[in-house]
Amino acid sequence: MLEIRGLTATIDDKTILNGIDLTIPPGEIHAVMGPNGAGKSTLSYVLSGREGYEVTAGSVTFYGQDLLAMEPEERAAAGLFLAFQYPVELPGVGNANFLRTALNAIHRRRGEPELDAVQFLKLARGEVKKLAMSEDMLKRNVNVGFSGGEKKRNEVLQMAVLKPKLAILDETDSGLDIDALRIVADGVNAQRGPGFSSLIITHYQRLLDYIVPDRVHVLAEGRILRSGGPELAHELEARGYAGLVGESAEAA
Amino acid sequence: MPAVAETLDTVRAVTGSTYKWGFETDLEMDIAPKGLSEDTIRLISARKEEPEWLLAWRLKAFAAWKTMAEPHWAKATYPRIDYQDIHYYAAPKKGGGPKSLDEVDPELLRTYEKLGIPLREQALLAGVEPSPDDRLPMAVDAVFDSVSVATTFQETLAKQGVIFCPISEAVREHPDLVREYLGSVVPAGDNFYAALNSAVFTDGSFVYIPKGVKCPMELSTYFRINARNTGQFERTLVIAAEGASVSYLEGCTAPMRDENQLHAAVVELIALDDAKIKYSTVQNWYPGDANGKGGIYNFVTKRGACRGARSRISWTQVETGSAITWKYPSCILQGDGSVGEFYSVAVTNNCQQADTGTKMIHIGRNTNSTIIAKTISAGRSDSTYRGLVRMMPKAQNARNFTQCDSLLIGDQCGAHTVPYIESRNATAKIEHEATTSKIAEDQMFYCRSRGLSQEDAVGLIVNGFCKDVLKELPMEFAVEAQKLLAISLEGSVG
Ligand SMILES: Nc1ncnc2c1ncn2[C@@H]1O[C@H](COP(=O)(O)OP(=O)(O)OP(=O)(O)O)[C@@H](O)[C@H]1O
Ligand SMILES: [Mg+2]
Repeated sequence: MLEIRGLTATIDDKTILNGIDLTIPPGEIHAVMGPNGAGKSTLSYVLSGREGYEVTAGSVTFYGQDLLAMEPEERAAAGLFLAFQYPVELPGVGNANFLRTALNAIHRRRGEPELDAVQFLKLARGEVKKLAMSEDMLKRNVNVGFSGGEKKRNEVLQMAVLKPKLAILDETDSGLDIDALRIVADGVNAQRGPGFSSLIITHYQRLLDYIVPDRVHVLAEGRILRSGGPELAHELEARGYAGLVGESAEAA
Repeated sequence: MPAVAETLDTVRAVTGSTYKWGFETDLEMDIAPKGLSEDTIRLISARKEEPEWLLAWRLKAFAAWKTMAEPHWAKATYPRIDYQDIHYYAAPKKGGGPKSLDEVDPELLRTYEKLGIPLREQALLAGVEPSPDDRLPMAVDAVFDSVSVATTFQETLAKQGVIFCPISEAVREHPDLVREYLGSVVPAGDNFYAALNSAVFTDGSFVYIPKGVKCPMELSTYFRINARNTGQFERTLVIAAEGASVSYLEGCTAPMRDENQLHAAVVELIALDDAKIKYSTVQNWYPGDANGKGGIYNFVTKRGACRGARSRISWTQVETGSAITWKYPSCILQGDGSVGEFYSVAVTNNCQQADTGTKMIHIGRNTNSTIIAKTISAGRSDSTYRGLVRMMPKAQNARNFTQCDSLLIGDQCGAHTVPYIESRNATAKIEHEATTSKIAEDQMFYCRSRGLSQEDAVGLIVNGFCKDVLKELPMEFAVEAQKLLAISLEGSVG
């Protein structure tokens, strides 16, 4: 259960998030849509603990814990995962080594047994297969020389291996071809269940055809301006944000 | 950048107290009075029961040294060294000279055990297949202050004609070989520190691999400075005859002390036709504390001669220790088609200063050299890569490739690259690439968002940065080196 209350955050004294209220119950998938520069990625970074953002008001609890008080790695161990809009390259760091180090770090923090190389490879290979990735990906350096689509798939692979309770997917669908989109959606749907929830940031209705969300929210001007069911995404696809953003501007 | 700033704090928080090898061993010692004179040299030579020619050679080196000035072109600042305030000979009273392990002072054996150095010839029980998990047996020469205290597996090696022994023993048992090769790569008067070493060298290892023999195990020397106010001046000589090959590695540590201690070694390698020498170093002398108090001054001359055609010498070094490092393992590529390689990781933290690199002197035709130098600086440290590639007139079609990469952690450290290139042959090709980078905030955050602690994250990134060098180390050493990188930067390296 993720509960965001009145979350306000600034970068260099510039307010980007301006009172976000959002609750994602366990097992639910929520989509967040909104114009470029609205603050969607900022929200994902603040939730996962990136430095450089100052939270000036509000609170975030995650399964009862004060998320904002935790280090990024503690949030990961608590079950939070962020699939980056722009995945980062780590030269010289093997993908398999990276993933195993991450998984074992999380296990250590939780007091769970660590996986040895054999156990890990078995797990990772299984997930690689499900995502129709080539096994080569495990041997290559993290995201180095990956195509845009490969990077996104690699994020989903990490999610599948780390098995978070809440996955934030920041435009994971951007740059994916049609087949990859379906595979990635299958990857997310496979996790669906009472112990998994997701916050999906996207610009396109198309992804939501494959991953049908429980709720859709519109984030603009640093706030959730509207929420609704899956039909809201269709409405946005047809009408755009113009009307919405305008309405709020009038109200302000 | 905030993440990096925090990493830096972590690095800063770690002081000399993390140097895990800083303990002292309490032994009865035979120590020469402080000071350097002909008498000191005569005393060392007498203690080692050396032949007249070697004493003469030492005295000549001393005469040369007296005319030389301490070099100060390296990018390092430190107070003047008082060469008369140092003990030039210190040996444990029990345990000097080549002996069976049973005779070695148990206190010494415990010291090496604590350091993780295998001095017992375990695991080679008849009929027992070593499991893949077992460490491969490794022959070790343990040098404690001025003397070798034990050399393992000598008999096993002797069966194949391999000589592996303290150099003082080689002087007695194999005088012709020593006389032929000693000083043939690094002449006694080569430079200030080499001359000093030639005058007062105490022990070190001697390796001879006969024609056509592939040395059946890793050879290794482990240097330990223990005594106070002593210098360590070891001398290593490795000869690979025609078609021979050997992998040799050295490690070193010292107790934590407030005063600086001088280490001035000379290593000479000779590779004849088709011979291969792989020389790996994990240098972990005490670096001094967080404020730069104490630590080893490491002024070392290492040079390999590829005398034979198609011979090959590879230097691999992981330099994490010492307050000051001044070291340029070099290759003289004399034989046609010979190959020289230099793979280096130099890590400096706190107040450490490192000026290190290599020289590749291409003399023969079709000679080939590769230089890969990775420099990591943290804290207030300063690191310089200084390299020379020289193509001589006869070096037809010689090739060099150089890559120097620096990684900075924090904004108070420095990294410098000083490449000297001299080509006197128009067919020679020289390529040089250099990069400087910082650990990016997004890389740190990416790792941490996946559950890695800051320390694990820096470790992973730094190891990734060094991968091209670490993979050149013998397998088991590579793991040690990774751990050492982690400890040296603590939380910023893994
Ligand atoms: N480090 C920063 N310094 C200054 N401004 C920033 C910084 N990071 C983000 N911003 C600004 O914050 C606003 C929100 O950015 P954010 O990346 O969250 O938008 P987004 O909703 O994810 O947009 P997109 O759909 O294009 O991905 C933008 O105006 C952006 O320019
Ligand atoms: Mg975005």
